[in-house]
Amino acid sequence: MSAQPVLLEVSHLSKSFRGLKAVHNVSFAVPAQGVVALIGPNGAGKTTCFNLIAGTFAPDSGAVHLGGTSLTGMRSDQACKAGIGRTYQVVKPFPDMTVEENVMVGALNRAGNVAQARHAAADVLKLVHLDKKSHIRAAHLTLPERKRLEVARALATQPKILLLDEVMAGLRPTEVDQIVAVFRRVNQETGLAILFVEHVMRAVMALAHTVVVLHHGELIARGTPAEVVRDPRVIESYLGAEAVDG
Amino acid sequence: MNRRALIALALLSAALMLLPWFANSYVLSVATLILFFAFAGQAWNVMMGFCGQLSLGHSLYVGVGAYASAGLFMHYGIGPWAGVWLAISLCVALGCLIGFLAFRFGISGVYFALLTIAFCEFTRIGFDHLQWLGGPGGLFLKVAQRDTIDIANFRGPPAMYYYAILALTAGALALCTWLLKSRAGFYWQAIRENEEAAQALGINTFRWKMLAVAISSAMTAVAGVFYAFYYNNLFPEQIFHISRSIEIILGPVIGGVGTLFGPILGAVVLTLLADGITELLAAIGVEVPGIKQVFYGIVLLAVVMFLPHGIWPALARKLGFARSEDAHGDSGSGATASAATSARKEAS
Repeated sequence: MSAQPVLLEVSHLSKSFRGLKAVHNVSFAVPAQGVVALIGPNGAGKTTCFNLIAGTFAPDSGAVHLGGTSLTGMRSDQACKAGIGRTYQVVKPFPDMTVEENVMVGALNRAGNVAQARHAAADVLKLVHLDKKSHIRAAHLTLPERKRLEVARALATQPKILLLDEVMAGLRPTEVDQIVAVFRRVNQETGLAILFVEHVMRAVMALAHTVVVLHHGELIARGTPAEVVRDPRVIESYLGAEAVDG
Repeated sequence: MNRRALIALALLSAALMLLPWFANSYVLSVATLILFFAFAGQAWNVMMGFCGQLSLGHSLYVGVGAYASAGLFMHYGIGPWAGVWLAISLCVALGCLIGFLAFRFGISGVYFALLTIAFCEFTRIGFDHLQWLGGPGGLFLKVAQRDTIDIANFRGPPAMYYYAILALTAGALALCTWLLKSRAGFYWQAIRENEEAAQALGINTFRWKMLAVAISSAMTAVAGVFYAFYYNNLFPEQIFHISRSIEIILGPVIGGVGTLFGPILGAVVLTLLADGITELLAAIGVEVPGIKQVFYGIVLLAVVMFLPHGIWPALARKLGFARSEDAHGDSGSGATASAATSARKEAS
């Protein structure tokens, strides 16, 4: 994996909100076809990191590069065009549109016309097992379904890297395994790189090649899942002692 | 749209085409008024119903469109076929100015609505001081004899105006149907539903919101040109008045915001209601000042309370124009509400 060139490079990223250092001097990279998990306690700066990468906010300092192009200071629509596909921790469906239409909006990012977008959306919906719900309004989906819709919309934009913000929170263990299987398949079949924020360690251990740990906005550890869960700083700040055996 | 709805639409079109042969001048004037509000309501619906940008100052575009074409005609003898382009240009420029100020500086929701009111109000005050266009005393177009048709200058009998506004309304319906199915329609609805998520999916929200404002203001400008040549008199205090903006909005709100037929149905219901109440009160001999508005208000209140998504979605379901698409996928709770909202979707 280390042989792969770097796809997403985050260097010395910092962002403060009214003096609170949400993210401080954070650097990490996601290699092409890599799967990287971003973990840490609540308030560690994980979602802020995502927002800085995806253009929701501009960083105070530092830089983000995707495949050699700078994303720093881009708006979120420009970041999406450049190849960032992101989901939100608090899902943001288009409630009054159908599931299919939701995904078509994402697909129109690359599709030349509406008919092509409809085709592309159908493929993505099948992938996340929402194809039977495609004509239902998004308002009527259950939370786990909305999370999958969020993923489908991001995938439909045909990103170079997928940013997943806690898409497994609130899912039952079997549902976690299902969606992990989907991501693994996408990663292996298409080579799509994934950066994901997750508290569900079951998913982190199963999916991530590399784990990056944030605490109080700073990077405190980085390594393979097995290494990270044995790191004393990680255990102390986040996992707790009992997690080591788990 | 299913077969049943298509047949109904064909019958309605035929009836509307033949109306001037059967209707007296009163009925024709009411029908023209209905179609005027149906057209203007559709224009407003592009901005609010499709794209979620609330304008409470749409009489700005009616007024500027009306004054621009009437001014050209009065002073230079240039007819409305040329004047409409000036009207559209001015209104699109104004709309884009408001849109630019709002969208560039993050003014949204009610604050955006206030901005649209503000622009409308100071344009009204400006026209009050514009003696070239009549000022507060009004601008009057010469009323030509009404039995010959002068297409070039858009002067003629009431039936000509009726057919003109009928064509505009039908054209607007076709345009809106096409827009809603195109990329623009998808992007606008996404922006309306959740702007942040829309932008994260690669949509340049600023640009697409500006497009919605431009199309809406251009359509409303055409409504203004029609207004000027139909009514022949323009007063800033009337045409730019906020109650005019509200009148434009009521149709789509009552009929169904964001739906294709809602603005048209709303215009029919409201105009007939207003005239019906007047007739009814006259017939039973009630002469209390303001009683008409009270009745009108009660009916509006009832519609908003019992049909919060407007009359059209419910009616379309009743008439079998829409099927209940969510029925198979809904899990128990809120099934009635979901049927209503899915019909709303389908009905559009």
